[in-house]
This record gives sequence, C-alpha cells and structure tokens, in this order.
Amino acid sequence: MSAPERSMRTALGRVRHHGAGGEGTGHFIATRITSIALAILAPWFAVSAALAIRDASYISAIDYLSNPFNAVGVILLVAVGLYHMSIGMQEVILDYIGRPITKIVLLILNALVPFALGAGAIFAVLLVNFGV
Amino acid sequence: MAGARPETRPVSPHLSVWRWHVTMLSSILHRVTGMGLYGAAILFAVWLMAAAAGPETYAPVQWFLTTPIGGLMLYLIVAALAYHLANGIRHLVFDTGSGLAPSDADTSAWFAILFAIAAPIGLWALVTFGA
Repeated sequence: MSAPERSMRTALGRVRHHGAGGEGTGHFIATRITSIALAILAPWFAVSAALAIRDASYISAIDYLSNPFNAVGVILLVAVGLYHMSIGMQEVILDYIGRPITKIVLLILNALVPFALGAGAIFAVLLVNFGV
Repeated sequence: MAGARPETRPVSPHLSVWRWHVTMLSSILHRVTGMGLYGAAILFAVWLMAAAAGPETYAPVQWFLTTPIGGLMLYLIVAALAYHLANGIRHLVFDTGSGLAPSDADTSAWFAILFAIAAPIGLWALVTFGA
C-alpha cells in the first residue's frame, strides 16, 4: 500500500467523481477579465447607439454600423458579452437546477446558443459593411 | 449527498426568515439583472441580424422599438445594464478585499441602486434634450 494521499476528499467521493470540476478558477478569472472589458464596451455602445439611432430607423442603424470604429466595438461587445453571460448563466443553472436531465439540457443550450447568436450577430455586422 | 434527507432541514438562503437588508437585495438584483441582460443580448443579436437582412425585415423591429412597450423595454435594459455595471465594479472592488465592512457594503449597494435609477433617466434626457 502506498502512503495515504493528502486530500480532503473521501475515497467514495473520489470514486464517484463528485466534487470540484477543476474549472472554477478559470471561470472566476474569465468573469472578472470580461467584466472589465464590458465595463467599457457596454456603456460606450448604450450611449453612442442611443445618440446615433434615436429614431430606431433602418438608415440610422446602418449608418451607425457602417462606421469602422462602431463595427469593431459592436463585434467586441457581442463576443465578450456572450462569453461573459454564458459563464454567468452556467453558474445560475448549477445553483438552482437540481434535476440532472434539466440541468444538462440547460447547460448544453447555454453553451451552444451564445455561439449561434455570436456567429449570426458578427456575420450581420460584417454583412452590413462588406455585403452587396 | 443529495437525496439522503433534504426535505425537512432548512435550505439556504433562508429568504423567508432573513431580516431584509440592502446587501441581500444588491446580490439578488445582480443575478436578476444578469438574467435580464441575457435576454437583452439575444434581442441585441436579433436587432443586428434584422438590420443586416434589409429594410423589409428591419421594419417591424423599428415599429416595435418605437412603441411604448419597446421604449419601456429599452429603458429597463439600460437600467439593468447600469445596475449590473455598477454592482459588477463593486464586486471587483470586493475581490481586492476592500469595501467589505457592513457600512461600506451598504453604502456601495445603495449607490449601485441609485445609479440604476439615474442612468436611464440621464440617457433619456441626453437623447431627448441633448445635442
């Protein structure tokens, strides 16, 4: 027999693989880093878009998105925002949803939907700028 | 382990027996506004895709955004964003170990709530009366 491991987990817990997923620190850091970027991007978009697109018209929306600075800012906001909200929603699902099937379905949706939205939204900004 | 005897013992966070305090509200509001902004981000992506799809597709989006309901929705999104932003900065400060004394945490919680009330009014005033 080898020397007992210095661990706080029980033998049963190790066998069942229940316990920390080992990704918590990464999510913690990613949430903070993305929040710093969003603390700049989100207010910038809210104010600049509200001022530029007052009438919500098609022309003013396209004008706003056709500006290269705005286009890059919106793409960054979409990418960073969707990543941040996906991590946050994952935490909420893990906190409140107990039923394994529901939890797994919601976790998968929460992983995939932001990717689909991000691809669609970023392609939309590119289409406004480079489309025919 | 879950399933052993979970029904009778008290379950955190004891919302029904806790004395109400503002730091509790600030924590709940952070989650609620985060969930709301999840929906707002979906609508944001739809708005971008509608704009890229062309004027015919965008027309109903413009119609909705200019209705009272659409305006109220935008107002609430700005309020939720302002709250989540202010409280998020508050949590970044907490992460450094500062501002955790109960009186400081209460003050900063109230500040985040007041900012969430003031920011959409300020943005509305800027858009309506500004340059």
